[in-house]
Amino acid sequence: MNTNTLNEQQALRKDDLVLYGEHFSSRLLLGTSRYPSPQILEEAVLASKPAMITVSLRRQGATGQSENTFWDLLKKMSVPVLPNTAGCHSPQEVITTAQMAREVFETHWIKLELIGDDYTLQPDTLRLVDTAKILINDGFKVLPYCTEDLILCQRLVDVGCQAVMPWAAPIGTGQGPLNPFAMKLLRERLQVPLLVDAGLGLPSHACAVMEWGFDGVLLNTAVALADHPIAMAKAFALATQAGRAAYLSGAMPAQESAQASTPLVGTPFWHQS
Amino acid sequence: MRVMINQIEHQLPQGAKLENALAAIQAQAPFAVAINLQFIPKSLYGQCTLAENDQIEVISPVTGG
Repeated sequence: MNTNTLNEQQALRKDDLVLYGEHFSSRLLLGTSRYPSPQILEEAVLASKPAMITVSLRRQGATGQSENTFWDLLKKMSVPVLPNTAGCHSPQEVITTAQMAREVFETHWIKLELIGDDYTLQPDTLRLVDTAKILINDGFKVLPYCTEDLILCQRLVDVGCQAVMPWAAPIGTGQGPLNPFAMKLLRERLQVPLLVDAGLGLPSHACAVMEWGFDGVLLNTAVALADHPIAMAKAFALATQAGRAAYLSGAMPAQESAQASTPLVGTPFWHQS
Repeated sequence: MRVMINQIEHQLPQGAKLENALAAIQAQAPFAVAINLQFIPKSLYGQCTLAENDQIEVISPVTGG
């Protein structure tokens, strides 16, 4: 084994996702909603081995879910949980929900969702930064769900967010990245980990954003609503790894004109015209 | 006095504590509580005296995206 091969292997082994100083071997974060059954959810998590799984809080007894069943499943899966503030429309709702999540789940991680519109589920960008700052000051490790706006993401970093999570497309739409230009610009300009959250539909979407240099992906519906969620979870895990490997490998630049890959010298039957 | 627990009206005696409200709905752990949009830590359930028209939220872990 030559030195270059050994160095490549060493580099890949050290390629953990690092968020707020914590190391994760996977760059896939997986949501837990909308699966056909708890068993399929569990097997999808086993198949994809995500770094974290997202969870939420709702009024006791309201959803019809058996809270004890889900709680037991969480403990059984033993995967780090990332509580979200889904459905919150005001900074106070976010802050209170985050504090409740911290107590219940015994974690300082929080996926900050502050929703501005119930139809598009887009974040309330005008109040997101101040809300993030309050949570950061209260000791939370904040992963903010945001748009691909450079200024918004920069301001989130300025107030202490050590990672940001721009959407690719509206939640649950599966459309894939709608604004590649803006997303690539985020990678060029920001030094913090970037995770794409929301709107991914295919493993190729996840692969693409990882090739651009994004640090991870968070997805739910694309797996949960697939015909075969367990296989799709595995596909997303592989695609995320493939995209990351491609990014680290340094892809060739795209060219306008063709360039033969087979040597021209010695081409049979060729003659000077 | 009238309080709302998860948007459902309940009648509790004057001076009732939060733990009385939780008993009224037979709250099952794990859960967390907020009153009037303020988080109430578990350690304060026995000390927190309720007031007329308090809006109490008792929420539990569920699946999420």
